[in-house]
Parts: sequence; structure tokens; C-alpha cells
Amino acid sequence: MTTIDTTDTNDLPPQDPNAVSITINGRTVAARKGDLIIAAADSVDEYIPRFCYHPRMSSVGMCRQCMVEVEGPRGPMMVVSCMTPVADGQIVRTDTPQVKRAQEGMIELLLANHPLDCPVCDKGGECPLQDQAFSHGAGESRFVEEKRHYEKPIAISELVFLDRERCILCDRCTRFADEVAGDPLISFTQRGNNTQVMTFPDEPFASYFSGNTVQICPVGALTASPYRFKARPWDLEQRESTCTTCSVGCRTVVQSSRDELLRYQGVDSDPVNWGWLCDKGRFNFQSINSDDRLSTPQIKSGDTYAAASWSDALESVARVIRHSREGSVAILGGARGTNEDAFMWGALADAVGVTMRDAQLDDGLPESVFSYAQATIDSACAGGTVILLAPDLKEELPVLYLRLRDAVQKKKIRLIEISSHETGLTKYAWKSIRAESGTAAGVIPMLLAQADVSAQLSSGPVVIVAGRPNLAESASHTMDALSAVLAVAPSASVLPVLRRGNVRGALSLGLAPRNGNDAAAILEASAKGNVDCLILLGADPLSDVADIDLARRGIAGAKFVVAIDTFLTASASHADVVLPAAAYGEKDGTTMNLEGRVTSVVQKITPHGTSRADWMIAVELLTLLGHESNFTTLSDIQDAMSAAVPGFGTTTTAVAIKRDGVVVSVAPPSSAPAATSVAGPRNSYEFRLDLSRKLFDRAIGTITSPSLANLATEANVFIHPLDLDRVGAAEGTNVRVTNSHSSIVLPVRASSSVPRGTAWVPFNQIGADVRELIRRNESIIDVRIESM
Amino acid sequence: MARLTEENVRLAREIIGRYPKARSATIPLLHLAQEQDGYVTNEAMSHIGELVGASSAEVFGTASFYEMFKFEPVGKYLINICGTMSCALMGAEELMHHAEERLGIKMGSTTADGKFTLERAECQAACTEAPCLQVNYRYRYRVTPDQLDTLIDDLSAGTLSSEIPAHGVVASVRQHIPADRGVGAVAPETVTENPVWLDGKAAL
Repeated sequence: MTTIDTTDTNDLPPQDPNAVSITINGRTVAARKGDLIIAAADSVDEYIPRFCYHPRMSSVGMCRQCMVEVEGPRGPMMVVSCMTPVADGQIVRTDTPQVKRAQEGMIELLLANHPLDCPVCDKGGECPLQDQAFSHGAGESRFVEEKRHYEKPIAISELVFLDRERCILCDRCTRFADEVAGDPLISFTQRGNNTQVMTFPDEPFASYFSGNTVQICPVGALTASPYRFKARPWDLEQRESTCTTCSVGCRTVVQSSRDELLRYQGVDSDPVNWGWLCDKGRFNFQSINSDDRLSTPQIKSGDTYAAASWSDALESVARVIRHSREGSVAILGGARGTNEDAFMWGALADAVGVTMRDAQLDDGLPESVFSYAQATIDSACAGGTVILLAPDLKEELPVLYLRLRDAVQKKKIRLIEISSHETGLTKYAWKSIRAESGTAAGVIPMLLAQADVSAQLSSGPVVIVAGRPNLAESASHTMDALSAVLAVAPSASVLPVLRRGNVRGALSLGLAPRNGNDAAAILEASAKGNVDCLILLGADPLSDVADIDLARRGIAGAKFVVAIDTFLTASASHADVVLPAAAYGEKDGTTMNLEGRVTSVVQKITPHGTSRADWMIAVELLTLLGHESNFTTLSDIQDAMSAAVPGFGTTTTAVAIKRDGVVVSVAPPSSAPAATSVAGPRNSYEFRLDLSRKLFDRAIGTITSPSLANLATEANVFIHPLDLDRVGAAEGTNVRVTNSHSSIVLPVRASSSVPRGTAWVPFNQIGADVRELIRRNESIIDVRIESM
Repeated sequence: MARLTEENVRLAREIIGRYPKARSATIPLLHLAQEQDGYVTNEAMSHIGELVGASSAEVFGTASFYEMFKFEPVGKYLINICGTMSCALMGAEELMHHAEERLGIKMGSTTADGKFTLERAECQAACTEAPCLQVNYRYRYRVTPDQLDTLIDDLSAGTLSSEIPAHGVVASVRQHIPADRGVGAVAPETVTENPVWLDGKAAL
């Protein structure tokens, strides 16, 4: 027992029963029961060298580098500080000659088999082994023998290369793959003298999270193809930002050299991503460097585009808006930009009297989903029950999948999943039931009334993760299912699963539909000739709207189309004027994730060509249209935003927000609820169409990133093996998928993750487009499948 | 020959039933696969992964630790000649040369007819009986080149097949454990990651 100095205790808060006090190198350090010595030392900046220890993964004591001395009954004892928990009164020394000798010995042993090819190694300059060999090594090696040799490097996936000579067997990548990602596709093999990390023969490390292993590798053993030999760490400049590839909003650093983006690395934001990124978010910086980017404004004359000056292009847009009939200007999109972009376009829309606007492309949920009590990622993972009425989170919001999976693995929460086919979270779910699209709301009361389920629901908080699981199913079915759950668990909170990075920000800051005029209604109005000017703000309806027929009619029916985009997308190539937009990494601002968390995004490189941030274009147009505008800088907009939007206080401007951001509650104007649609009885078509997204598809940001472009798969229709027999087609052969609207030909695959009677088609893969069969006025789509 | 046969899947399920965690059956199932095909095929490892709930890489990671699991085809008879100290002093090198000449192959390779594989082994713990060798892990002690010739003749003629089954067969009698003696799957909540003392308290 340590003696307590009574003079200090007077102003101390009440004693925490888990509080532990230890001494490190003579300094008293406050820790908590269960903390490791290395973590306690980190908290007071007493650095203990380490390779295998990672605060977000379990300790394994593989590398033995973090040895320190702990005072014991028989004198000082050498322990591994990443495996030894603190104890009250523990005396730790990290600076004795014995510790120094042990640590130097470990470095020498690790270096004995390390090739020391630092001059040609990508990790050189930011390498924990290199750095710690200098800071904690002896400086001289006694090893004169031949080192071990392996073939180097070998590709263990499309993205990751492995150099086994450099590997120090710290178990970080293999632990990550197993513990964090749940894809144990790499493992130690040939254990013994030749232990090496390896995949199974012919089974690559095809994990959506493989890039994280490259980031956490403490040596240059794992390298990622997009960054190999691209730059040296000391040439990189970096700024901390937020990934806007999906709506999770993972914290990143954006690194560049010579004004070219070269790498994103995950940053540990405790409430969001814990340092992890998905491969799509990590490697899609390549699309920003793409040569196919739009670089100048273009005006269509006849069938070709001619480069134009910004003033000519903007004037031609302004002229069209000026001469448009009242209420005939429409804005689609905005979810790819920043909050400031959305706010300025919302302000422009208000000034011009635009009633038709929507940041979603008929692929999300109505804004009324924000009117329920809102959950955060942390609150969902903290405990209780999480009910999934959502698309496959592993495919759409990969890092949210990691967080929920982690909470299940640590037995903090139980998952109840209601889905139309098996998802990445199915095997972690406590209950997972298959409800055919359109029937979830009917199944839920029965499911939640089961004795064990209702006991579970009443045992703790309930969070509903709600999103559109099936693009061929109307949003109203998800909203009905949500209401059905809330009827049983009225105190549940909702975590909306949103598509595209800043949907929530765009909807909250001025680009939410007015009077129920959502994207579908806008496109319908356009098809009828009621839209004189259709502005596509980073939106590509032809690629994203599930009812492709509606998108086609909408684009064709608009009298004048303006596309503000980074690439000449399918829809932009129908535009009369194309304005090049600054991409991610080319503009400053803030973004809002699915929780409503506002974080900063930063400019790291000069915008491509003459492209401009969306907000600048809005300001220009505002001025050209004769409205007074006092906006010249981003902070002008942020001031106006803080003043105009309740809940968006001064604390949320880019300069004020820190790494973890601030969760704001801004309620977007809720438009009239869509009419509830009831799934009609099954017609003569025996398969219900289930259209959902995969992480890698033909999206513009993916196909313009060379390292990701090959990861989209061929379009297939997946049906249950027994259904495959019934259809009478062989695996992999073409079948005809038909309904009353159209008919397409797709290869068929058997999958036991799809229930009988469902035909699952991944969205936007290479091949025939199943959207031809979808009409949004039908709340579910049934199809017939025939062998050919 | 690839995945486990239907009969072996039935056996595999019985073996898995003996353990509280399916993964514990990985090594017995690898033996089963090696018995089926003479070596452990990639397809069998994937199949075992499916049966015990592990990835193929994890099964391979476990299997590749063990010298006695072979991942390439080996002969029906695997002859391991000990080359460690006692045997080396008592003429193991001559024995190896003789075996190489007799079979027309080098140490570490397999005859063209797929009958014999020669391997140099580390100490087989029979130093008093040096030089020794094993055929499919069945001992032969104080082996002279002549005795080796006789052994190879007998193996070729099949007269030893009752004593020395083909490579991969662990024992000619299969162990059967009545179902009620198996621990079997238990409720996941009662399985701890840490060792447990006999009285049910956590070990640490």
C-alpha cells in the first residue's frame, strides 16, 4: 500500500475503485485496472519501444521489444510491458542499463534477419524498425553470416505486396485480418525456422481492409501497389482530413508530394474509425490524379463540346436560369461536396426560387428518418441491441461494419438482422432472418414478440441501423419496417445509413427536397418538360438512379442541363454546359457524416485545371443573377451558415473543430411523407429482385482509380442452388431475366446466401444493367428467370 | 481426390463432436485427409476449414507447422533414414547412399512409380538401435544395406502391407469414442478464451 498524502486528497474527486497508481521512472502515473504498462507509459509520454503492440488490437507479446523492469519481491524483473497489466504501487523502470541491454539485444536479433535494404524500401524514413534501431539499438551489428532469402516481393492480393525478408513476424497484419477485419486470409505458415506470413495457395488476401495492414506494418514487408516507389516519406506533406467516400466519415491524413495526391492514411478518431480505412477510401485518391478529369468549362455545340472560359460558361448558365419559367429550375445532388458547398447552393436555390432540389438520387431514405432520436456509432456499439434494417454494411459502410463487428465480438451488443439476403454481418448476428423484399414490416412484429427477443430488447438500449437494403424496393418499405420496430421499441434511436459522403450535410444545409419534390419527382417533372434548367451538382442520375428509364426520360426532357462534376460522367455527357468541379483534397470545408458529426475536410493540392469548388460556382451565379452576395471566402460562408442554421453553432466551423468533430443536430425540412406503398401479391414472376451495392463497382471514382478498377466483378444474378436446379440452368450460363418492362441476359450463379425466390443482383457491375427492369412506381420488382 | 469423401465427412463430424470447439479437431481432420489422399491436398484443407469454421489460410498455417503433413504427393512408402549423431556414426550415410542407388532417386524425392519416397530425418529417438529408419513411421532398427534391400523387396512385393499400411494411415484400427464420451459443442457463453482450472475458476 502506498501512503496517501492527506494534503492532496482534499481537492481530489471521489476515488475511482478502478484507479491504480504506478511509478514509471520515478514519476507517479495514474492508470486504471486492466491497463497495460505500455499504455500507462504512453499516457505520460514515456516511450517504450515496440513493434507488435497496437492499442486497437489484442496484445500478443510477439516481438519482445517492449521489455521493462518491474520491481518484484525478489528484486527487479524483466517483463514484457505490452502483456503486463498495471497493479497498484507497481514500480516500473524503462531506463536502467539492464533494460537498455535487453532492448538493444532484441533490435540486434530482429535486424539479424532483416535485409537492411532501407535505401530502396518504401518504409524507409517512416519505419518503426529503422527509427527504433537508431533510438533503442546498439548501433553495431555482430551478425556476419548470410541472411535468409525469399523471393521478393510477392503479390498477396491485387493491392498488397509482401516482402518476407523484411518481415519481423510481429503478427500485426495477421492479427488485424483475424481480429479486426474478420477476414483471416493471411496466417503464419511454415512455423519454426521459416515462419512466414502467407495466404492459402491461390486464395489471395482479398479483404476490403487489406490496406490497413500496410499502414500498421512496422517494417516495409507489406506495401500497397498504388504507393510503391511513388515518394519518400520526407517528401510528403500532409494535412488531416475526413474521408468522404461514404458517409461514415473516417478520419484520414491526405499526403501529397509535388502537388499530387499520393496516399491516404487512417487517423485514429475514437468515436468513428479507430484508425482504420476501407480499401476503396484508402486508394481512390488515384481518381483525383486521373488524366480524365475535367479541366475547363465546356459548352456543347451540336454534338461536341468546346472548351469555354469560366465567364462565358457561367454567363450562359445564368442566362438560362434568368429565362427559365418560374419554378422550373431543378438542382440534383450536392452530397459529394462540403457543407459549405451545400449551404451556398441552398442559398442560391432560395434566392432564385428553386423549389425542386434533392441531394439524394432516389436511393436513400426520406429526411423524416432524421426526425427520430438519433444514434451515434459509439452509442450503437456501447451496449444493448442493434437492429439492422440496412444494406450490407460490409459492402456499403465498411468501417461501420468493423465497429459493429468489434462490438459483437467483445460481447457488448447483440445484432438482430432482418435482410433479404445474407450480409457480411449475418454470421455475427444473434438473430438473422431472411425477409423477402417488401415484407420486412410484416415480419417484424412477430420476430420482436418472441420471448427471448423481447427480453433482449428490454435489457438495454436499442439502436436501429436503417437504410435502403434493396434499390429495387421502395424506400417506404424500409420506413414501414422502421415504424414497426419503433412500435415495439419506442425508445430506440436510429442510425441512418446514407449513401454518399455528405448526404446528411447536404440535406441539412439547404438541399433537402421541398414539398415532397424529391429526385424522382424532379426527374418525372423534367420528363414532362417542366424543367427548363436541370443542374447536376456532382450527381449522375443515369448511373445511380435505380429506375434508369426515369433517369433517361428526366435528362432527355430537361431543356437545358448543367453538370458540375469532376468527370464527364454518363449524365454529364448529356449536359449543355459542363463545369469542372474541384475534387476531394482540392478544397477546404466541413462535412457531416451519418451521425451528424461535423469534421473538417482540407485542401492539399491545387484544383485540377481550372476547376473550382462548388460553393465558388454558386457565389458567381448568385452575383450574375443580380443578387447581393457578400461571400468571398470560405469563412464568410461558415459565418453565415452558423448564423442561419440552428444547431450549427460557431463551434462547428473548420478552424474550431478538432479530430473527432462535433455531432450537431440539424433537422432538415421534412417534406411530405411519401405515400405508403404496399407490396402487391406476387405475380406470375417467381423471383423477387434484390439489387444492392458492392464496395467495388463501376462508380466513376473507382474505375478512374487504376488499382481499384479491376476489383468490380462481372454482373451476375445470384439465386438459391435449388432455384438454379428449378430454372434448369447450369452455374455460370446465361439466363434471361424478364418482367413486363424489359428483359436482360445475365450469367446465373448459385448462392446459398440468397433465400429461395429471391434473385440478387449486385449493382453497377460489368455487364448487362438490371435497372432496365426497375420502375419506381412499383414498390417491389418481380422477375422471371429462364434458361436459354 | 480432393475434398473429403462423404464417408470421411461423416467421420469428421464425429471427431468434431469430441471437442467443445470445432477448431480443436483441425489436426485429427488433417490426418484424416492425409489418410484419404496420401498427402494433404489444398482442397481438403479448404474443406476442413469449412467443417471447423476456420479460413483455409488458418488451416494451412496450422498444418504447415508439422513435418509429418505433406502438401505434395509422396510415395506409398515414405522411408525416413535418421541422419543424426548416433546413426551417422553407425553408418547412416552409407545406408542413404545405398538407398539412393537401389531406388535410383535422391534423398527427398519419389520414385517414378510413386512407391517410395526417401527422406533424411532428424533423430528418431532410437539411438541405441542405430542406424535406424522408419517406413511410414514404423521403425526398423540396426539396418544394414542388405536388410534395406530386403525391406524394399518386401515392401514392393506387398508382404508387409499388414504391418505397414500406405502413407497417411495413422493406425490400422480406427479409434472410436462413444458419442456420450465426447464433450461436444457447448454453449458459447461457457467457453472461455483462457485456461480454466479443474474447479472451474479462471486460470489467470
